Amino acid sequence: MALDSATLVHLARLARLSLGESERGLLGTDLDRTLAMIDQLQQIDVNGLEPLAQPQASDTENRGDSVTEDDHSAQFLGLSPAAEGGYFLVPKVIE
Amino acid sequence: MSRIEALDTVSGQLAALAAGSVVAITLAERSLERAAAHAALNALITTTADAGLATAARLPASGGPLAGVPFAHKDLFCTRGVRTTCGSRMLADFIAPYDATVAERLNAAGAVCIGKANMDEFAMGSSNENSFFGPVRNPWDRQRVPGGSSGGSAALVAAGVVPFATGSDTGGSVRQPAALCGVVGFKPTYGRVSRYGMVAYASSLDQAGVLAHTAEDCARVLAAIAGADPRDATCSTRPVDDYVGVLGSGVRGLRIGVVAEYFGAGVDPAVAQTVRGALQVLEREGAVLVDVRLPSLPLSIPAYYVLAPAEASSNLARYDGVRFGHRCDAPTDLADLYGRSRAEGFGTEVKRRILAGTYVLSAGYYDAYYRRAQRVRRLIANDYLRAFTEVDLLAGPTAPGVAFALGEKTADPLAMYAADVNTVAVNLAGLPAISVPAGFVAGLPVGLQLVGPAFGEARLLAAAHALQLASDWHLQAPGAAA
Repeated sequence: MALDSATLVHLARLARLSLGESERGLLGTDLDRTLAMIDQLQQIDVNGLEPLAQPQASDTENRGDSVTEDDHSAQFLGLSPAAEGGYFLVPKVIE
Repeated sequence: MSRIEALDTVSGQLAALAAGSVVAITLAERSLERAAAHAALNALITTTADAGLATAARLPASGGPLAGVPFAHKDLFCTRGVRTTCGSRMLADFIAPYDATVAERLNAAGAVCIGKANMDEFAMGSSNENSFFGPVRNPWDRQRVPGGSSGGSAALVAAGVVPFATGSDTGGSVRQPAALCGVVGFKPTYGRVSRYGMVAYASSLDQAGVLAHTAEDCARVLAAIAGADPRDATCSTRPVDDYVGVLGSGVRGLRIGVVAEYFGAGVDPAVAQTVRGALQVLEREGAVLVDVRLPSLPLSIPAYYVLAPAEASSNLARYDGVRFGHRCDAPTDLADLYGRSRAEGFGTEVKRRILAGTYVLSAGYYDAYYRRAQRVRRLIANDYLRAFTEVDLLAGPTAPGVAFALGEKTADPLAMYAADVNTVAVNLAGLPAISVPAGFVAGLPVGLQLVGPAFGEARLLAAAHALQLASDWHLQAPGAAA
């Protein structure tokens, strides 16, 4: 399988990665090879096998649905590269 | 080669502290001096000298089971007030507002954190060459890699800087660097140790682990960090076994399955022979060696490189330049802010895996790749379940070769992936495993991997301890000139 350039541009957009042309070429080649490697899985008979999403699902429990944390919003906003007046700042979205 | 000293181990330090022959602050100073002397290894991203010395100075005499023992955290455990970089430009200035559960428990046990260890970016790599902060060097030969992704942790223990370090293991990231650096690396069962505050790579595979010189030291640290945590819903509520108490139970009558596939193509014959030699030591100690097959093992690499990138692409979506982490300069619009912040913040290997994960999860491919890989994962887990009806533990080489030269494999990421087949399968099945020093090839360390059934930590640690009582490979230290 060889990924065409339009597919790569689409993937990079889905992944929100602004890649230059040369980087896209390099990563595209690596991705091609990775996809060829994982294509081995297509040969395997998986009929009757339950998908395994998480290896040890027994003996776990969910915590109660109750508030256990204080309000950390000021602290978390302080981690942001751009915040003001209790909000995260982003470039203008609506004209 | 020189030999490690008693004070290079957790047990040795605790004995000296109990006897009053050293005090905690002396041990912290010793670690910091050694960290400075070994700065060329590039094993620490951040040194917390002041905080470490202050902690050591105010420790009460009965400050917990690890009171006064210095250590380093792999730099993906969140530590309140100390930056947690994950080896990435994305988090180069990130200071977590809270402690990971592992950090909290080690603090409560009285252990003294002296720094944050270098690692492959977001734990993606097997050579520690993918760090934004530069590669770590192997203390046995500075022209070689220490393994990865917990390469800084392994190098720090091997060089005698700290008696133990934390690590994380998603596909071998504790065990493989332990093997390449000649130390013990222990990966518990998935869910035995909380993942809360451990920066996520692939959540169904990630597990916190320990690197130290001995299985006994791993048992002491594991005892402090294992157990239920309401903040991690995948953390098991099973009672924690007495890992230290059962260490002496030995291997008499223990059935160890020697896995044919673990010795498959790609394994250096000298490494295979060395590992078989270590297994013969266990046999002399009373273990019974049995030939075992894991026929689905070769499928681990393709299954892992669907599942782990898929989970990574989802987990790493949170780094968007808005709430925390790197943000590009002067974004023109929101798409530009996301796209450039991520392109600038992530390194090549992380981008590779995000793209692969995005591909296998994208519309039309989910069933063909992701769902199918989860079914193959079941096949691999079933192989292990079947094997454990016949034997108590499984064994083979941790890694197919000894530490390779810096730069030797960076041009071929797939070759690097393929080398992790013996460790990756264990994460897919969620099992506990340990890498124990098993000898040397051309002066470089070799690791024996032992794998146990789910929650078989105590049995694994006891077997590794028995091997270490009957051998001295773990007592060898890299020469001073290295």
